Amino acid sequence: MTIDDLNRILVACAGEADSGPLTEQRVDTTFEDLGYDSLARMETASRIADEFGLSIPDDQVMELRTPRDVLDLVNSLVRA
Amino acid sequence: MVTGIGLVAPNGVGLERFWQAVLDGRSGLAELTRFDASGYPCRIAGEVSGFDPAAHLPGRLLPQTDVSTQLALVAADWALQDAKIEPGTYTDYDMATVTSTATGGFDFTHREFDKLWSQGPRAVSVYESFAWFYAVNTGQISIRNQLRGPSTALVAEQAGGLDALGQACRTVRRGTPVVVSGGVDSALDPWGWVSQLAGGQVSRESDPSRAYLPFDADAAGYVPGEGGAILVVEDEDGARRRGAHQVYGELAGHAATFDPPPGSPRPPGLRRAAQAALADAGVRPEEVDLVLADGVGVAPLDRAEAEAITSLFGPRGVPVSAPKAFTGRLYAGAGPVDVATALLAIRDGVIPATGATARVPDEYRLDLVHGAPRPAPVSTVLVLARGRRGFNSALVVRRADA
Repeated sequence: MTIDDLNRILVACAGEADSGPLTEQRVDTTFEDLGYDSLARMETASRIADEFGLSIPDDQVMELRTPRDVLDLVNSLVRA
Repeated sequence: MVTGIGLVAPNGVGLERFWQAVLDGRSGLAELTRFDASGYPCRIAGEVSGFDPAAHLPGRLLPQTDVSTQLALVAADWALQDAKIEPGTYTDYDMATVTSTATGGFDFTHREFDKLWSQGPRAVSVYESFAWFYAVNTGQISIRNQLRGPSTALVAEQAGGLDALGQACRTVRRGTPVVVSGGVDSALDPWGWVSQLAGGQVSRESDPSRAYLPFDADAAGYVPGEGGAILVVEDEDGARRRGAHQVYGELAGHAATFDPPPGSPRPPGLRRAAQAALADAGVRPEEVDLVLADGVGVAPLDRAEAEAITSLFGPRGVPVSAPKAFTGRLYAGAGPVDVATALLAIRDGVIPATGATARVPDEYRLDLVHGAPRPAPVSTVLVLARGRRGFNSALVVRRADA
């Protein structure tokens, strides 16, 4: 999964961040600072799980604080 | 006091555009375009057109809101801008919001149901959890504008918008200086549409200029519309202290009643609501310059409303109008739009006409303003609303210096 994949899914689920599309520069900015609340993260995680054929438990979703956290988790699950 | 108004209606997006359309006699009723309604028995609606929510709201809010909430958020933004309350004038707990919606988020929910049935439960948006909900406009307006005072949501079909404004007045009286309040509805997706048709009172007339004729001998039901109004209701001293640049007028009294059950010998509750609202305002019937009627456009209900009005004011005792004939019935949006209309009638000294209504049965004994607006000094207006299944609400609007 790339940052562009994540941006596409985030925007589809929860709209564009106030600061514009997600880029490499903001990969370590917290979702909270990007303007995405817990529901936005849940919605995004559920769409990712569907698209990539993964299962991400809700309590694990709440631990995903930044875009990098999501990319790392998804890519490790995809490889596994 | 009302110090700001935001309004979105089928015949005008924005307060002054709506008012100009009403005075020019321009209707927002037309063939439904939101979906292909050619196979439905009713096809005329009041759609808000030329309104792009993305031009007014942040991208993040769009996937989590129904069209009705988008309209409500923008109306609230415009009301607050209109009131020109400088940041820091009030604390977040000094400001509250009270709204009403009768139908909730139909269009959003319809799309989520579609996903549920075609793609399964995992495809349903997490935002469905609140996007459908009657309190969603109160919640979203509160979050967007940091209004943390005592807020609530009221549901009473078409009567709910006036009830919300009445509750806003009580909230101000209890010490919250600013309440952002009103109502907005929209349910013009296929599911929302059939739900409205199921009520049995929607007009089957296919000519938009004949479809909704309140108090006309040819009244054939009502036309549903979308939109509404959000008002800034502000404490008089607070408005004066901050030097509010405008005061549209005062919400002077409110009352709500409920009808007796069908078959009861007791009369409907509309007259009682009107009487109690006048009493709450300390206004005698002869002081009322205009009644903005509920005007549902169904003969027995028009007759019952005419009886309620004449029993209070006497035969042809007060000018009556139902400009909602230009917008369709907006459910919870209707009362607040009528209150805005009342405030502008007071400001400009003119009573707008009842849409295309032309022939009023003599038996109604109403002085119905129709055909063209009527210039007249207006200081005190009684606004009436009835909701299906027995809700009645009445609100008295008064010139600020009266």
